[in-house]
Amino acid sequence: MSVMPARSTSPLVLSIAAVLAAGTLTACGGGAAGDPDTIKIAFPKDTDNKVTVRDNYVKDMAEEFEKKNKGKKVKIIPIQASAQDYVTKLQQMMRSPKTAPDLVYEDTFLINSDIKSGYLRPLDDYVGKWDDWKKFDSTAKTAAKAQDGKIYGIPDGTDTRALWFNKKIFKKAGLPEDWQPKTWDDVLEAARTVKKKAPDKIPLNVFTGKGVGEAAAMQGFEMLLYGTGQDPLYDKKSKKWVKGSKGFKDSLDFVKTVYGEKLGPEVDQALSPTMQTKVVTDLLPKEKLAIALDGSWLGQQWLKTGGSPWPEWDETMGMAPMPTQNGEAPGEVSMSGGWTWSIPQKSKNPDLAWKMIQHMQSQKNAVEWCVRGAQIAVREDVAADPKYLKSMPGIKFFTKRVDNTEYRPTLPVYPQVSTAIQEAMEGVTTGDSSVEEAAKSYDEQLESITDGAVVEK
Amino acid sequence: MPITPATVLLLLFLAGPIAYCAYIAFTDMQLTGQASASFVGFDNFKKAFGDANFRNSVVLTLIFTLVSSILGQNTLGLTLASLMARSTKFVRSVTGAVVICAWVLPEIVAGFLLYTFFSKEGTLNEILAFLHLPSQNWLFTLPIMAVSFANVWRGTAFSMLVYSAALSEIPKEVTESAEVDGAGSWQRLWHITLPMIRRSIGTNLMLNTLQTLSVFGLIWAMTRGGPGNRSQTLPIFMYDQAFNKSLIGYGTAVALLLLVVGALFSVVYLRLMREEV
Repeated sequence: MSVMPARSTSPLVLSIAAVLAAGTLTACGGGAAGDPDTIKIAFPKDTDNKVTVRDNYVKDMAEEFEKKNKGKKVKIIPIQASAQDYVTKLQQMMRSPKTAPDLVYEDTFLINSDIKSGYLRPLDDYVGKWDDWKKFDSTAKTAAKAQDGKIYGIPDGTDTRALWFNKKIFKKAGLPEDWQPKTWDDVLEAARTVKKKAPDKIPLNVFTGKGVGEAAAMQGFEMLLYGTGQDPLYDKKSKKWVKGSKGFKDSLDFVKTVYGEKLGPEVDQALSPTMQTKVVTDLLPKEKLAIALDGSWLGQQWLKTGGSPWPEWDETMGMAPMPTQNGEAPGEVSMSGGWTWSIPQKSKNPDLAWKMIQHMQSQKNAVEWCVRGAQIAVREDVAADPKYLKSMPGIKFFTKRVDNTEYRPTLPVYPQVSTAIQEAMEGVTTGDSSVEEAAKSYDEQLESITDGAVVEK
Repeated sequence: MPITPATVLLLLFLAGPIAYCAYIAFTDMQLTGQASASFVGFDNFKKAFGDANFRNSVVLTLIFTLVSSILGQNTLGLTLASLMARSTKFVRSVTGAVVICAWVLPEIVAGFLLYTFFSKEGTLNEILAFLHLPSQNWLFTLPIMAVSFANVWRGTAFSMLVYSAALSEIPKEVTESAEVDGAGSWQRLWHITLPMIRRSIGTNLMLNTLQTLSVFGLIWAMTRGGPGNRSQTLPIFMYDQAFNKSLIGYGTAVALLLLVVGALFSVVYLRLMREEV
């Protein structure tokens, strides 16, 4: 078979092919595998290029570290990907000694799963000789503690979640600027009012679907689910996952109401993988969105150093705790997570990597990160630091949410449970499945994921 | 033996990974959350056939292949090739260059291009608005059709090249004598052209189908298999299971099943090609 037609085009084809091939070839090679004086740090880079808070911090830390430790090099590996793709990429890197970084930034929801896979190294020997560890608060210390009782990561902050709302839009819609919803219905009613009185605004954003990954499960679904009763996802007493609960269906129903009544963003936008970035850098600062169920860290983008500086945000944005379903005690819900620095099992330079953790967690640098990253402090000396306390308006509000916050059941199967939640949400958001169908499909997946370790509630 | 190095390389780089894949498909290997994998026999395959999402993916894959490869790329490629055979050299070069540009673009780049074309604020809707026609959110309402059209756009060049070559090999005298005998253009196509390029049709269909079955980047960039599962063809389903859900074993089993689907298509085409007229 001959595939050489119209002569005039073939040189063009060949030259383009040659350029492409050259591009691919030059992309390989390089790297500092196995160099005892170099540590490789992998962390997520935001999908929006303007958002460089973490990149800048790590870069600064690396430069200081190199200056302090003559002859040592830090190679930073920013992984620019959506949340889910970051996880996948990191796990693949940690599987092989050839690609394993020396230091990785891990979301706490993943840590037990990765520990069970043998990707991470226990840090107890290091922590035992480290004075600063005593200053971490007790919940934070357990954030990266595995079922074997060992510590696998050093948290550098935590977060809480609540409702952010735009006071200007509220004023226009005739809603109070000191809004304090008491039930889910109050939240939906406010959104309906915005839809009626300010029809050009998006009333309410609740993250949903597979596109935003864990954000849908945690900022979206679990903020609802944990307001429906005790241990709604995982029953601590029987050590089994909860299936068939009314709370689960009610939470799905809330999501369905938001998207069915068009109180939320357009469905295709809501399901897009970049929605998280869009909310904080576009919808909120450009005042297109009235209420956002979101995290304590949003302010970091609006600081002078952030991705979309917004000096007026302080006067514009109000904050309210997320209420429980019908106002049940304690009246509010918050979820906490946070990230830790961990050393992969297959790292070649664990000692140097630990030195780097210590460097980043010196009191001064820890404050610096909490301020720049809009983190809720996990160390008492950071929490008491005036620089931290004055770092941004709202920090007191979000620090206060720690009193009533919940932690995810960070067991090895949690990441898969989270995916199943995201799928159930996506089904009701697009209208492809009813609440009943989505809940049933979740229950079936849950049984399979947990090998039948489920309990009906 | 001069072919020894080639054989060794083939075994090492081709047969090795394939055998390893086949082995993984029979284990419950996970990307995370598991200390070590164990052998589970045919469990992954049983799971696949009982999985409504897997069946949905098979149906979508068949639709995608039928619409974009067999009907779209193949027919359009033949049409373009025969039109070009009759046009001037200038028209031929320009059309050829344009169509081939779509083909040489990396799949992922084509994916993003077509995403901007079909997306809600994209080119297609702009054009429709200009013509006072109602706009549509194509990637949301008709995702599988949108990605099928994207694949037609991208892959037609290949068929066009194959058919241009085949058509140019038909001796002029045959067509001319048919014309003298009073055969119309349809009759010439049906009784002369198609039978004479039958083998090229078979080859083209087979290569097109196999390539379309494995399209990933295009769909991933345009819809990520969504919304819901409405454009989740088998390669996307496989990726979702293996990497989003960390179920490497199950994902690999699905990959093997995809290989079987490809093999089935190939067998059909090979049979078609073997039959003599």
